[in-house]
Amino acid sequence: MIELVSSLMMVAGIGFYLAGSIGLLRLPDLYSRLHALTKADNLGLGLLAAGLALHSQDVFIALKLLLVWLAVLAASAASAHLIARHAHRKEAGS
Amino acid sequence: MNATSLLVFDGLLLISIVSLAWAALASPDARRSVILFMAFGLVLAVAWGRLLAPNVALAEAAIGAGLSGALLLVAVGEQSKHTPHDGAVPVGKRNALRVRATLQWFITLLCAALAATLAWALLHALDSATNERLAQAVSENLAASGVSNPVTAILLNFRAHDTLLELAVLLTAALGILAIGTARPDYQRAGPVFDGLARWLVPVLILTAGYLLWVGAHAPGGAFQAGATLAAAAVVLRLAGKRIIGLPQAGTLRVILAAGAGMFLVVGLTLLLLGRPFLGYPPAWAGSLILLIESAAMLAIAATLVVAFLGGRSPAAASNDENNRC
Repeated sequence: MIELVSSLMMVAGIGFYLAGSIGLLRLPDLYSRLHALTKADNLGLGLLAAGLALHSQDVFIALKLLLVWLAVLAASAASAHLIARHAHRKEAGS
Repeated sequence: MNATSLLVFDGLLLISIVSLAWAALASPDARRSVILFMAFGLVLAVAWGRLLAPNVALAEAAIGAGLSGALLLVAVGEQSKHTPHDGAVPVGKRNALRVRATLQWFITLLCAALAATLAWALLHALDSATNERLAQAVSENLAASGVSNPVTAILLNFRAHDTLLELAVLLTAALGILAIGTARPDYQRAGPVFDGLARWLVPVLILTAGYLLWVGAHAPGGAFQAGATLAAAAVVLRLAGKRIIGLPQAGTLRVILAAGAGMFLVVGLTLLLLGRPFLGYPPAWAGSLILLIESAAMLAIAATLVVAFLGGRSPAAASNDENNRC
């Protein structure tokens, strides 16, 4: 049962990654691409980490995975903000 | 089934490594090349992980992808500032371009020769099957090395001379940077988002560096990974526009830069005086001596990387130095 739930979570996570990557390639401008990439990938990584944590059945490993997810969340949110702000200022300047 | 899916994964990994390397080399835009190079480093770190070499994977991710990427990006920014953007190329520049093209071919040839030599060496090593014996020798003597991580045992004990020379190379690089470079101007102060990130990321990075240093004795980690992580903390502070990034004043900085190779020499020479071979630690003391050397090496590596990122001494520190001399 646990195996099944963790596999479903990981497959769903990969689906989010796929959607984010397609968004990065297909969406028309930088802001919507950033939106697709950061939101979808953060959720995808969260699902992957949760699936792996369930799969490992070990609290210590689960906490490590949670830490990885939180670090990536903070880093990707901050870098998406920085990229978007840079692009926005450049547009306003020119 | 499992073996086949892993084979597919390895194949994809190989394809992405080679295509990322090619894309990084072929890109006409230097900034794009650097970003592709960083992606290449990350995928390479995954490949090292697949080869069950987590020590190398950590070093590749921290130094190869992370800090080298930051250094290269700064270098690209510096270069684009100096080159004019209009198409006209003066005669002197044209000669320089021709030299650069020739140089490119020369470097390509050298790299191809190096790759061929490495491939030949690898084939030779696989053929003669001595690789087993070397690993066996390491694991047989691991108990006497003072640490239980075989990579640390090799780097800091069995082949400590090599690491000493590596640290000497780093010291030479730092001296070169300090001799000819001046620090780049400070970055502008970061907004609240990046400032907030730096505020909690920097302590976590420092903690991680300490952990990597300590854990290197019995699990993947060690001075190089820890030094790179510590340097990353300083790079984050600098990118956030902070003026004080933890790099000490000129006098202390010199001591720290020399500490890596210096501590090695002090330990080695002390052992010589006590009648043991150079860097031949007594087994009872080996663990503590290795930790002592690694701590000094971590500080030296971190300081060297930060000095490289700064591009030289900061003008304030330099003028302070002049005042001291008068």
